[in-house]
Amino acid sequence: MAQTDGDREMADATAGADANGADGEFVREKQQLRLLPGSTDTAASFAFEKEDHTLGNALRYMIMKNPDVEFCGYSIPHPSETVMNLRIQTWDNVSVFDVLRRGLSDLADLCDVVEDKFTVARDEFNTAHPDRVASK
Amino acid sequence: MPSWAPLSASELAERQRGLSEEQLQQRRIVHVNAETVQDVSATDIPGHWGPGQDDSWDIERFKQGLQTKFHQNKPYDSAFSLVGVDASIANAYRRILLSEIPTLAIEDVFIFDNTTIIQDEVLAHRLGLIPLTGGQEGLTWLRWYRKPPPKDDFASQATWPYDVDDNDADSATPNDHNTIVITLKVECRWATQDEDGRDGRRMAKEGETDPNERYVNSNIYAHQLVFEPQGDQAKHFSGENAIRPVNPDILIAKLRPGQRINLRCHCIKGIGMDHAKYSPVATASYRLLPDIKITQPILGADAKKFQRCFPRGVIDLVKDGESGENKAVVADPMKDTVSRECLRHDEFKDKVKLGRIRDHFIFSVESTGQFESDELFLDSVRLLKAKAERFKRHLTELEEGR
Repeated sequence: MAQTDGDREMADATAGADANGADGEFVREKQQLRLLPGSTDTAASFAFEKEDHTLGNALRYMIMKNPDVEFCGYSIPHPSETVMNLRIQTWDNVSVFDVLRRGLSDLADLCDVVEDKFTVARDEFNTAHPDRVASK
Repeated sequence: MPSWAPLSASELAERQRGLSEEQLQQRRIVHVNAETVQDVSATDIPGHWGPGQDDSWDIERFKQGLQTKFHQNKPYDSAFSLVGVDASIANAYRRILLSEIPTLAIEDVFIFDNTTIIQDEVLAHRLGLIPLTGGQEGLTWLRWYRKPPPKDDFASQATWPYDVDDNDADSATPNDHNTIVITLKVECRWATQDEDGRDGRRMAKEGETDPNERYVNSNIYAHQLVFEPQGDQAKHFSGENAIRPVNPDILIAKLRPGQRINLRCHCIKGIGMDHAKYSPVATASYRLLPDIKITQPILGADAKKFQRCFPRGVIDLVKDGESGENKAVVADPMKDTVSRECLRHDEFKDKVKLGRIRDHFIFSVESTGQFESDELFLDSVRLLKAKAERFKRHLTELEEGR
């Protein structure tokens, strides 16, 4: 397949390796990110396998918060196939891959902050309200 | 003015300045009118409000602005407010809660004997929908069982041998690390004097019609399911942590004398996306905080009528200093359901502005009983983070291949 450019290095490893995996700690995963044809360094479309609006809309929002981004949008080409396409176009020769990586990092940081604040608020609430209902 | 019209000097200056506190508060509101909704989409994107307004992603600014406030945290029913996140993120958490958190449920039912009038497939379907619970630590220890797809599903059959999880070679076969076994073996019979202390047949002849009196085991409940620990499972699921139905009184089937059920169920982990029985929440939903602004004072009898347009507790009547009459004041907008009833009355439809706060999400997470609601939300946050991390790895692989 022409689109498995990313697979050229991994081809032997996934097909021929034994089931337990060569490395103890390394978790082998199927490549779920593809680059669609016609992509350049500043304007590219990615295809995310097995993803939908859950990651798509969240990632689109994080990438749009980046001032270097000219355009960011996602779509689901057909509801029967679990593929999500994400298109990013950038200003001033910024690499699309850097933008996508930063978007994913920012999303992970956001989740960290939400998790910490939620845990703190939950523990405070539980200690302050033994019957678990806010008094009003 | 259209967006392409030339700006005056004062407007240009405003663009250079950025938004004031009041304007920032204003842009958080979705306006709800009698028949229309306005300003639905978020506009906090860099460049939208001119060069002076910095809306680009800043983790510190986000941390400052994020607030979490609990309204209720009962073990299986949580209500809390998340303020300061965007709708796409809150929706992602809601979607993950519904469909992507792994849960244990009955999947395969091996029926040895079923002489009831409930058909095999109906019985199996009902068993699958029974919510199960057990020790938290054991449930996280349990691995995945990757079931081979049915022979008639050609699309999945084509990719099945290659789709198998390379990290866990045993995931293709049911074993004690990935399958829980539950059995149900019951038979309905007449109540007898020796065994049950009442003679069902005699009672029937005398006119008793209640099946609970006449027969034994005429109603099969979920508490009659027997958990049979296999192999290593006895360590993780014993005593308090045994796998059991959340609600022991779920009615599975109704029997009459002579009818038997003898079956064995295999329970595996799954996600809500595959089947709704694997969804850990009864439902998880959120709503936006309603916003009521009274622009001109509403007094006297109008105020009382205004109060009755909203649910109890939303509007309070206070004595107005100047006129001595009652004045309507917004007390608790969270209780409001935004029914827009007040916009139907001419007396005050121009004196009130309804809306919702776009980034204030009031979540309601009702668990089915396998996990606790607050832990479920935390799992959903961690899962979104795991997705982002996973795609960072895939991105590295993609870049290396170019």
